[in-house]
Amino acid sequence: MTPLAGFLLVAALLFAIGLAGALTRRNAILVLIGIELMLNAANLNLIAFWRYGPHPEMLTGMMFAIFSIAVAAAEAAVGLGLVISIHRHAHTTDLDQMNRMKG
Amino acid sequence: MSFVFYLLAVLTVAGGLAAVLLKNTVHCALALTVAFAGLAFLYLNLDAQFAGFAQILVYIGAVAILVVFAILLTKGSETPKDGVFSKTWLAGLVVAAGVFAVLGWAVLQTAPMLPKATASPAVTVGQIGNALVDRYVLPLEIVAVLLTVALIGAVIVAMHEKEGSR
Repeated sequence: MTPLAGFLLVAALLFAIGLAGALTRRNAILVLIGIELMLNAANLNLIAFWRYGPHPEMLTGMMFAIFSIAVAAAEAAVGLGLVISIHRHAHTTDLDQMNRMKG
Repeated sequence: MSFVFYLLAVLTVAGGLAAVLLKNTVHCALALTVAFAGLAFLYLNLDAQFAGFAQILVYIGAVAILVVFAILLTKGSETPKDGVFSKTWLAGLVVAAGVFAVLGWAVLQTAPMLPKATASPAVTVGQIGNALVDRYVLPLEIVAVLLTVALIGAVIVAMHEKEGSR
């Protein structure tokens, strides 16, 4: 197995774990944790392809991963702010109890 | 495939698994930090020093702390009586397993065609900085605006509303 295939398999496994977490947990914060894991798995793919691609000196994959990290940080801040806001409104972070569109 | 890679892969996957499986939410956040650290070391293993240290700074330094703050502010550390998994957990697990099966099949099918190990690219932080203000200057500015908007938006969304101000 080539090194790139190993990294891709680890990223696929991490993505599946994050997806399972996002789809099965009740707590809204744990769903966000699952989404973070999926974003990180995608970043690992980008860096692995940059490393074993034909032109690593062009830095394309590296730049993609760095911008992806920045966007993920913004996403985490807004997502956790929304969870805190919902908790203040509904007094729960249990997603199974949030079944109304109207507050 | 070196021994270091297997060690880091096991560390990362174990951290990710613990982050989605543990019952106590604070423990989940700590396991998430382990997974982030494993990913940072995997980036260093891939000769991407800048991305590795950015991962440590942004994820372990900022996002993990933010997650812990959110858990403590929402009293999320209390384990609910009726379990930590939702009623539709089986469907979610099946979807995730299906996605992993498809991704793993695709990787294993194309594995013989993937490029072999190459010489490690000599990339300095100076080159990355030059590329950021030269070729990638427009995305850099957009990310700057995005981060400002996200910061203000997060504060406004989470800001305490006074009674009767709506």
